[in-house]
Amino acid sequence: MAVSADFLQFLFSGITVGAIYGLVGLGFAIIYNASHVINFAQGEFVMIGGMTTVSLIGLGLPLLVAVAGAILATVGIGLLFEKLAIEPARDASIVALIIITIGASILFRGAAQVIWGRNFHSLPSFSGDDPILIGGAAILPQSLWVIGGAGAIVAGLQWFFNHTLAGKAMIATSHNPLAARLVGINTRFVLMLGFGLSAMLGAAAGILIAPISLTYAGVGVMLGLKGFCAAVLGGLGKPMGAVAGGLIVGISEVMTAGYVSSAYKDAVAFIIILAVLFFLPSGLFGDRGTERV
Amino acid sequence: MTALGRPGTRGLVALAAIMAILPALLPNDFLLGVATLVGINAIVCVGLNLLIGYAGQISLGHAGFFALGAYASTILVGEFGWPPLAALVAGAVGVALLAVMIARPIMKLKGHYLAMGTLGMGVVISIVLDQEVELTGGPDGMPVDAFTLFGWEPAGEMAWYWIVSGLLLVSVWLALNLINSPIGRALRAVHGSEVAAAVAGVDVARYKVRVFVVSTVFASIAGSVFAHYSGFITPSEASFLHSIELVTMVVLGGLASIFGAVVGAAILTTLPQLLAFLHDFEMLVFGAILIGTMIFMRKGLVPTLAGLARRWRR
Amino acid sequence: MVLGLVPGRALAADPIRIGTFLSVSGGASFLGDPELKTMVMFIDRINKSGGLLGRRIDLIHYDDETRAKNAITYVKRLISQDKVDLIVGGSTTGNTMAVIKLIQKAGVPFISLAGAGVIVDPVKKWVFKTPHTDKVAVAKIFTDMKARGLSKVGLLSGSGGFDKSCRKNARALASEFGITIVADEVHGKGDTDMTPQLTRIKGTQGVQALLYCGFGAPTSIVAKNYKQLGMTIPHYQTHGSASMKFILGASGAAEGVRLPAAALLVVDQLPDDHPQKAVGTAYKAAYEARYKEPISTFGGHAYDGLLIATEAIKRAGSTDKAKVRDEIEKTNHLVGVDGIFTMSPSDHLGLNAGSFVMVEVRNDKWKLLQ
Repeated sequence: MAVSADFLQFLFSGITVGAIYGLVGLGFAIIYNASHVINFAQGEFVMIGGMTTVSLIGLGLPLLVAVAGAILATVGIGLLFEKLAIEPARDASIVALIIITIGASILFRGAAQVIWGRNFHSLPSFSGDDPILIGGAAILPQSLWVIGGAGAIVAGLQWFFNHTLAGKAMIATSHNPLAARLVGINTRFVLMLGFGLSAMLGAAAGILIAPISLTYAGVGVMLGLKGFCAAVLGGLGKPMGAVAGGLIVGISEVMTAGYVSSAYKDAVAFIIILAVLFFLPSGLFGDRGTERV
Repeated sequence: MTALGRPGTRGLVALAAIMAILPALLPNDFLLGVATLVGINAIVCVGLNLLIGYAGQISLGHAGFFALGAYASTILVGEFGWPPLAALVAGAVGVALLAVMIARPIMKLKGHYLAMGTLGMGVVISIVLDQEVELTGGPDGMPVDAFTLFGWEPAGEMAWYWIVSGLLLVSVWLALNLINSPIGRALRAVHGSEVAAAVAGVDVARYKVRVFVVSTVFASIAGSVFAHYSGFITPSEASFLHSIELVTMVVLGGLASIFGAVVGAAILTTLPQLLAFLHDFEMLVFGAILIGTMIFMRKGLVPTLAGLARRWRR
Repeated sequence: MVLGLVPGRALAADPIRIGTFLSVSGGASFLGDPELKTMVMFIDRINKSGGLLGRRIDLIHYDDETRAKNAITYVKRLISQDKVDLIVGGSTTGNTMAVIKLIQKAGVPFISLAGAGVIVDPVKKWVFKTPHTDKVAVAKIFTDMKARGLSKVGLLSGSGGFDKSCRKNARALASEFGITIVADEVHGKGDTDMTPQLTRIKGTQGVQALLYCGFGAPTSIVAKNYKQLGMTIPHYQTHGSASMKFILGASGAAEGVRLPAAALLVVDQLPDDHPQKAVGTAYKAAYEARYKEPISTFGGHAYDGLLIATEAIKRAGSTDKAKVRDEIEKTNHLVGVDGIFTMSPSDHLGLNAGSFVMVEVRNDKWKLLQ
């Protein structure tokens, strides 16, 4: 009996953190689809979302308003970033664009240090801290918020991609940018939309997880890297793959810590990425790439 | 084309001249030490530049290879009593083997898979170095024994400066030779278009692997030298942050420009010292510089300035 | 960067140069930030009241970002370029150990603000330190546990140097105190969820108490996870958590946690005749007024470091490095905010036993345990 209670405990823990990795990975996938750029500042969107919420709540605003404000602020920063840093370098090599996103992540972290200082901050849990007992495992209400929130966002995105013109334009652009432009899709708008969406996803992830894990200027680094691993596992460019990837990475991490060795927990995500490269380069759901001459 | 007329020879001579004069211009040991650090970073960057600039591949885990070289030297000398030079060579060989193992399967794929692979590798290396406390001293690091060669030991900053300068000159010379050789020409073809190169008979994957291995060996040797010079190493040498710093140096200085790599290393190694007065704003400014350079000086400092100079001369 | 204030009265031209390298950012900013603030405040006060030996003190400070490589570079800079007379710094054990070779070679008096005992054991000529060692902390914790009849301990530690040193000491000292470590879990740097490790500890047969070795954000997360899992065994942490940030970050989950800390943390609750009371109260009032945030024992270590240094310079009558070093070693019954210091050629820490007290978190505040 004790074994399965522990297993449930680990499972919930893994799904919670996996949902966050999935959201971050989604952000990577969307921007990659729109531009073939790997946005290494994705983790910082997570950080900005959480930290801004802390500030707004500190100003006395109610939770809902603070959350909305933080998401808006992060999306704004994402769009500004796209306009000021990505667009001017549109025709640069992929390497240059990757460096720009890396520079942005450093810039965001530096700015965060100046604005919010170097300490860690906490957000109050949305509906209290009293754990809910399910099958012997103690689940935080906030975990349910994370899982539910992530699920709702993913469902919303699915609807967006399949049932709105803008969403379908994004899918089209990711398959073939030239053809998309030929049929009149404004690929520049698609790019902006991509950044805006990813910023929103990052911010949401940051806000959902902050009550559990505390937030500080550097919280985005590891989250970003692991979210990237999730996206690669899912097949870079496959949004739903990224979500699945995130869950797999999260659950594997916690199971490793629980049953194998807690010391190498962090390495799991990166060992997964190496395994993907050696055995399944296009990820779980990706298709083989074709290259033009 | 005579040896003097070969592209890069003039640069090599200029570099040697600068390195010879520098000690006279630097007022104290600390600045000499910074110059030595520049040299060590430059060795890594020259190798990394071959990979990014000429072979068009990006490595996000090069710091891992640097750290492996450093720890190989530290552990083999400190724990097992190996002679430092042997440990350095062993480290380089080990790293080369590791590089071949990773690169072979990955290089057959198209796209930025090497970026992901090196990212994963680099982080795993840094975690292992952190965790294996018995062997590596854990996150607090471990002290390194002095470098001795048949009883002779470098005594002080000046000695190390000359050693590192000499090594840097050798690295640059090797890199220049590589570029101007058939392998180098093949590389440039690969960078232009892999499919076209393959059609023309170039074994794309094989050349990419070779360059990758060469670049990791440069990093490993630089790491070993750094360990003995610094006297103390920590797992943070393998960190993702450090890998990013290295890539930034190469890109800032100029892709496909060996001297650009040296310039990039020089600027980014000294910048934190110059920016120290900014304290809180240091990171912010650093990020801004990175973005600004990529937007306005896309090819990097040296090629952009060289282009400007050419246009001005007309 | 140089910080020096010129007071109304003109001071002698040649300033005393005190250098410091601290982890103001990075994983140990918990420590470095209050340390720097304390040092700035301390030196300001001295300069405003006439300086030291009639000379202004210049504080030259650098942020090593909790990276040993930077610590080495900045110490070289302090010694060769800034030509400081003395160094008080090194927030973490790692960064301190990295520069010891340099310091010994250069012959500059150095007072470290880091925790591990290995810094002054074996004794090194130019190296001193002010914080309690993790070994003393562990001993104090085990003593308290024995008094409560607890002997089977579940240990959790992070991957930082302090964490690993603390864990090592816990394992080494356990049998001496009749304690058995029945579970030994580790978590990674920057981990945000320790429930897997705590679940394993909770499920260990016969475990009677939890001891967490670490500092920074993880201390609060461990407390929150402990509460989430509904754990009830006595919860101990170390002086690495001796800061309000630990309590605030845990959002109420820190209730009942016990840890050893310098008496400074509960200075208001000390009896009036306690030796630390006067100095500690003054420091607390000044720091909180100036920086509008609660004190921590880490800032206290920096205060004591500067106190020892400036008193030694006073007694030496000059900044001659060898003379100052000798005077530091002769520090006798100096009342600092974190303890009373009496050093000797074989003891470069010199803290008295009574300066470390057991405290417990009650109602989100520190309560002194008698």
